[in-house]
Amino acid sequence: MSTIAANSELSFFQVAKGFRSWVTTLDHKRIALLYFYAICSFFLVGVILGFLMRLELIAPGKTIMEPHMYNQVFTLHGVIMIFLFIIPVIPAIFGNFFLPIMLGTDDVAFPKVNLLSWYLYMFGGLLALLTLVVGKGPADTGWTFYAPYSVRTGTNVTIAVLAAFILGFSSILTGLNFIVTIHRLRYPGMTFFKMPLFIWALYATSWIQLLATPIVGITLLMIVAERAFGIGLFDPAIGGDPILYQHLFWIYSHPAVYIMVLPAMGIISEIIPTFSQRTIFGYRAIAYSSLAIAFVGYFVWGHHMFTSGMSGAARVVFSILTFLVAIPSAIKVFNWVATMYKGSIDLQPPMLYVLAFIFQFLIGGLTGLINGALAADVHIHATYFVVGHFHYVMFGGTAFAFFGGIHYWFPKIWGKMYNVRWANIAFVLMFIGFNVLYFPMLILGIMGMPRRYYDYLPQFQPLNVVATVGSWILILGLIIMIVNLINAYRKGSPAGRNPWGGVTLEWQTKSPPPLQNFDKAPELSEHGPYDFK
Amino acid sequence: METTFVLPNSGHKRDDVSSKMGMWLFLFTEVLLFGGLFLVYMIYRFMYHADFMTASHELNVLIGTINTIVLLTSSMTVAMSITAMQKGDVRLSRRLILLTIVAALIFLVNKYFEWSAKFEHGLFPGMEHYNTLPNGERLFFFLYFFMTGLHALHVIVGGAFLLFVVRAINKNKVRQDRYMLLENAGLYWHLVDLIWIYLFPLFYLIH
Repeated sequence: MSTIAANSELSFFQVAKGFRSWVTTLDHKRIALLYFYAICSFFLVGVILGFLMRLELIAPGKTIMEPHMYNQVFTLHGVIMIFLFIIPVIPAIFGNFFLPIMLGTDDVAFPKVNLLSWYLYMFGGLLALLTLVVGKGPADTGWTFYAPYSVRTGTNVTIAVLAAFILGFSSILTGLNFIVTIHRLRYPGMTFFKMPLFIWALYATSWIQLLATPIVGITLLMIVAERAFGIGLFDPAIGGDPILYQHLFWIYSHPAVYIMVLPAMGIISEIIPTFSQRTIFGYRAIAYSSLAIAFVGYFVWGHHMFTSGMSGAARVVFSILTFLVAIPSAIKVFNWVATMYKGSIDLQPPMLYVLAFIFQFLIGGLTGLINGALAADVHIHATYFVVGHFHYVMFGGTAFAFFGGIHYWFPKIWGKMYNVRWANIAFVLMFIGFNVLYFPMLILGIMGMPRRYYDYLPQFQPLNVVATVGSWILILGLIIMIVNLINAYRKGSPAGRNPWGGVTLEWQTKSPPPLQNFDKAPELSEHGPYDFK
Repeated sequence: METTFVLPNSGHKRDDVSSKMGMWLFLFTEVLLFGGLFLVYMIYRFMYHADFMTASHELNVLIGTINTIVLLTSSMTVAMSITAMQKGDVRLSRRLILLTIVAALIFLVNKYFEWSAKFEHGLFPGMEHYNTLPNGERLFFFLYFFMTGLHALHVIVGGAFLLFVVRAINKNKVRQDRYMLLENAGLYWHLVDLIWIYLFPLFYLIH
């Protein structure tokens, strides 16, 4: 151990150099950064595809691409954004980096498995991109791969589906690793109820990753088999049941929605106490609500199929269960707001992202209830309203929390501070751009514009123009944010151990942390993880 | 270099409880993987009851029964090898693992003959005779090949895992005070057995 101990003078960047030292690393912090660069690259590809799609929809009829290509673009946008960005983004990056540090240990329980899941992720990701260049191009089915079309189309569905299968394995292994780490590697004295809430959120997420992903894995393999051998599993023309596919798909993919949003809520629960300098309100309620969301989230998948053939009784049950999810979600929101009450609020960039999260997540969540109501769903099912709804939750929620997390932990990860003024400008542009882009979608959906359509009626054009302009503002903000962070990486001023006055364990060590994470024994407070004296 | 602080709880240290917990969680995902297939089987059995009945008569109950006995016995030998290792009898433990691997091979050879017979009858998806069957029978045979095929894959992986353990025993990496690798391989092998216990009645016995 003496070599490791001696190395605590050096940061984890400095202990080893060169490409090889990165791609063979077992250090959770380096693996987190490997994920960071990969996920951000895929995210930018997804953003470009989204930008092209919006540009196509600025006017009815053909603008820049043919209908078939449009179908491929929205499918690839969905596949990349769901499987390569939003599912892994927070657990794989911030989870990997901060879970061991926040628990007061030096790594996850299975460091080799951790590296393996990164390789699986890269393999799956490159396979997804391979669909671009071989055969008849990327799948044109939508990211849900609904049968029977996914069985019949000539595009690269098989490769895309195998990519999703492999990415699922990566996700399972990460979840498994986190669960064991949380159970076995807490610092002496850190009980479950002294863990930071980000860890609680990751814990709930990991269980979903572990228990839901295998089902979609096998379902996707069935699609491959059906395409290869022409078996009537899901294609009704040869005896299959397409609704069965939808059930199997959503048994995973609805819980996956909570894989996407729970870790984001964890970040929010970290940032709010720090920038209010106040103990989190309702610690246990927030911790339990994460588990409650994960649990109830398993039993709501049927609400994706209200209009595709299900008994009335089943629909009522799924609708009621869907409404139940709102309760733990609202518990979190109320507790966050209560934490800020009478706190000394400091509106630094991370806190701004949090406020945007709460605002946008409220819209996303409440529009979700409208989708979950049986009568309303008949009207808005498969319209642009749904697209607006889930972008409010996924982009306005999770991605904004991710950006907030980057601005919160950037000084810890790279040890440097970014330009706050430019960070604020980027935030304002993204906030405005986001809402200008997605709010019109909600209105268009209620007016009756269907989702995934290449063309639309002339009366929908004004709002489509507004949305497309919004996408430009959003991307401008995104570019400013990225440039600002790259500048900080290159020539930012040293941030010190604890620039924000945070009290969770990651702020007690150096920035960037040494290889074994701590250069002195972490001190736990008796009053839990958010003890602001 | 002044700091000498060393964390008491390291992810790089050996922890038997962790590795066992990890294995159990992994087995849980395996059960769910097959769970999806069992669900599909159940639904199509319900939809095509008569076809499933007819098709299941094509299967060879004798080979199925022999394979069930082989697998159950192998589960016993692997459990015995763990106990032998705990008691320090490395030679016996290694022999019992090798016996388990032999059982895995017998299982696969039987499977090979069984599948070959089906191929001869043209029952594999895509074959001429297969394509003339009614939808339900086609689904039955597809599920038969898919599920027993996936299971056979697990038999191969489990056998390779056990072989890997034998190698570790030879290198003294698995020994009386350090047998978690063997125990995990055993757990995996029991899962392979467990899944077969369900596959056998579902395909061979229910008429």
